[in-house]
Amino acid sequence: MSARLIPFAVFALLVVLFGVGIVWNEHHDASYVPSPLIGKPAPAFDLPMLDDASQRVRKHDLLGKPYLINVFASWCFACGDEHPVLMEYADRIGVPLIGYDYKDKPADAKAWLAQHGNPYAQVIADESGATAIDFGVYGAPETFLVDAAGVIRYKHIGPLTPQVIAQELEPAIKAAQDSTR
Amino acid sequence: MIPELGQLALILALLLSALQCVLPIVGAWRDHRPLMATARPLAVGQFVFVGIAFGILTHAFLAQDFSVAYVAQNSNLQLPWWYRFPAVWGAHEGSLLLWVLILDIWTLAVAALGGKLPERFHARVLGVLGFVAFGFLLFSLTTSNPFARLIPAPMDGADLNPVLQDPGLIMHPPVLYMGYVGFSVAFAFAIAALLGGELQSAWVRWSRPWTNVAWGFLSAGIVAGSWWAYSELGWGGWWFWDPVENASFMPWLVGAALVHAQAVTDKRGGLRAWTLLLAIFAFSLSLLGTFLVRSGVLTSVHSFAADPKRGVFILGFLAVVVGGSLLLYALRARFVAGGKPFALASRETLILVGNLMLTVAAATVLLGTLYPLVGEALDIGRISVGAPYFGFLFMLLMTPLVLALPFAPLSRWGKADPASWKRAAWRIVGLSVLAGIIGWILGARGFMPLLGVTAATYVLSGTALYAIKRWKEAPAGKRYPLEMFGMLCAHVGVGVFIAGAILTRSLSVEQDVALVPGQTAHVGAYDFRFDGVAETQGPNWLAQQGTVEVSRNGEAIVTLHPQKRTYPRGQVQTEASIHPGVFRDLYVSLGDPIGPSTGPGGTNGEWALRVYDKPFVRWIWAGGLLMMLGGFCAAADKRFRVRREAPEAVVETPSIPTRPAEQNA
Repeated sequence: MSARLIPFAVFALLVVLFGVGIVWNEHHDASYVPSPLIGKPAPAFDLPMLDDASQRVRKHDLLGKPYLINVFASWCFACGDEHPVLMEYADRIGVPLIGYDYKDKPADAKAWLAQHGNPYAQVIADESGATAIDFGVYGAPETFLVDAAGVIRYKHIGPLTPQVIAQELEPAIKAAQDSTR
Repeated sequence: MIPELGQLALILALLLSALQCVLPIVGAWRDHRPLMATARPLAVGQFVFVGIAFGILTHAFLAQDFSVAYVAQNSNLQLPWWYRFPAVWGAHEGSLLLWVLILDIWTLAVAALGGKLPERFHARVLGVLGFVAFGFLLFSLTTSNPFARLIPAPMDGADLNPVLQDPGLIMHPPVLYMGYVGFSVAFAFAIAALLGGELQSAWVRWSRPWTNVAWGFLSAGIVAGSWWAYSELGWGGWWFWDPVENASFMPWLVGAALVHAQAVTDKRGGLRAWTLLLAIFAFSLSLLGTFLVRSGVLTSVHSFAADPKRGVFILGFLAVVVGGSLLLYALRARFVAGGKPFALASRETLILVGNLMLTVAAATVLLGTLYPLVGEALDIGRISVGAPYFGFLFMLLMTPLVLALPFAPLSRWGKADPASWKRAAWRIVGLSVLAGIIGWILGARGFMPLLGVTAATYVLSGTALYAIKRWKEAPAGKRYPLEMFGMLCAHVGVGVFIAGAILTRSLSVEQDVALVPGQTAHVGAYDFRFDGVAETQGPNWLAQQGTVEVSRNGEAIVTLHPQKRTYPRGQVQTEASIHPGVFRDLYVSLGDPIGPSTGPGGTNGEWALRVYDKPFVRWIWAGGLLMMLGGFCAAADKRFRVRREAPEAVVETPSIPTRPAEQNA
């Protein structure tokens, strides 16, 4: 009899777990993933440029002023939603926007940018997605704000919207620029 | 006005289902015949009203009544009529209604065909099914009313998701639901047996055909879904381990275990408690599947967030149904459990090995599917596990099952003869090695292709060995009763599936190419000549259609026309063009134009194309369909026709189909 209670007990645990999951979803933005990288130095990277694979971009090449890294891919639907926003805001946000082409065939990415327009100051390609692991990327689009010292200041998961830019990103950029001066 | 009638019909169905749950069960408890007799008319009545509601919703789609919110969200004026039918179940509210309708069809079948079951048992079964229907109707009416109005009505609807506009969708959900929901019957039989407590193992024989049919439908539904993903998503894959697929795969795995455990209980009386538990698990996983897909609890990051109210309701319902049954099991299983002991080397042991592997595999899939949620609950962040986790563990777990599979039919019940295993093993391994050598000669180079050939031959030759043994040993006319034929069929299906899955995986050639018209790409042994892109038009889409001439050594094979369709609301959908074949599919999907050099209309420049040569991919689905056929054949065996008298004799008499083999084994 007591052994036969085990399935019930296990199930009861599962129910509690689901309950927590539902409550969590109600009180948290489902897309919120805390990034342990915020406030830490961005991982070192060394990636080829999308347009010219012989040229490489390293982390220290970008040090000295804040910049944004936007993770995108041609296969990513949500990136298509985000793209017009980037096209509109790229010149206005006051920091260079670096495209990070994630797990993508360079040919696909080039075609995609040619079709939809290229908002990026430069685009680096991480075809294998190996470096993205260091960044904790788990889906595109994601956006990282890195300050002049190479420290990640802000991260957004999911498409950037004008609202997110106004309410979260721009204050974060301002703070990063202020701390540089 | 008409949609309100639909809602009224649903409310009436809800009331009838409440009665269908309470009256027969109370009747069975009090041994009150008139109360038990209400079960059937109530089930019929409930079916009629759910049918009316479903008919009215279908009518709203056909008549393009956009004042109904659900219609406005999932259809529009340009949607051709043949897609307005599947649009009925294209989203949450309608698919829930379909769920209940199918549950009612199963209930009706049990009411009609179960007339010879003991009265109290039959009443309990229908009562349990009534409870399930009650839960779902209440869910539908309180959280997802398909008839909710949208006033003022929009001029045009939003459209059915183009991904779903495919012939595959017309069949996929109903067939899948037939399987999902069909496990409710095995569940109801198990609960009725626990409630009664006096039937021991007789209920298992009565429930076996239902389980087999449900499992057959589930196999067919999964095959349809896999085929649909293959032809529609443009990635050339046939299984992605995403939560929605997992939701249907978990009950399938447990269902496969249940089919076999029920056979043991039916024939030998053993594993009774385990069979009960599996019947509960299979249906629980069906419910959980509905929960996972519909509640938003697993909402992947960038997809829609569903209504949390629904999640709370399903969780509560799940807690009552599953928690209640597991509690009932804990309290009452001792009245039902028991059975004959069996030796370590016996058919029972081998079936148990398979059972264990299938159940653990289901648990693994469950864990992988829920893992992100667990991480969240423990506050270590959402982490999802990917296809490699599932693929690796699944292969690992299926290895013992595949190794045991040919030997189970060849072994005797109770106590098998290990010497006969040795003889069979020599033959099976010999044939597998031979097949491996032939495969090598035919070009299956490398570990994985050879593994596919030998593993498939291992299963197929083992199954053939048993078929030959039956042919030699059983008297003519009794060689292959339908139950056994079904088993052979399903096991052949496993072999065919293994060949398909492993060979497709290891021999496929995939290439992303950029071609200008007239240019040729060499993929595998084939030449794909790109002949440009032209505009074309369908009933509700515009498409850019590529033309690709496929040839081999200069010999023309086929002309493929992959499309990139644009639907009225700007959604873009790829339509891969596939040349199907028994031994290989040639598959082309159209990407985007490359570079600014595209001419007028953007069609004359360089295009990205994704080209596949996929050997043996059809075998995957053929294997699944053979398994389905196996389930259906086994269910049709006449030993399952219920006789009213002496159900307990089942345990004592060795069943007719296995007897000659046992004696001569």
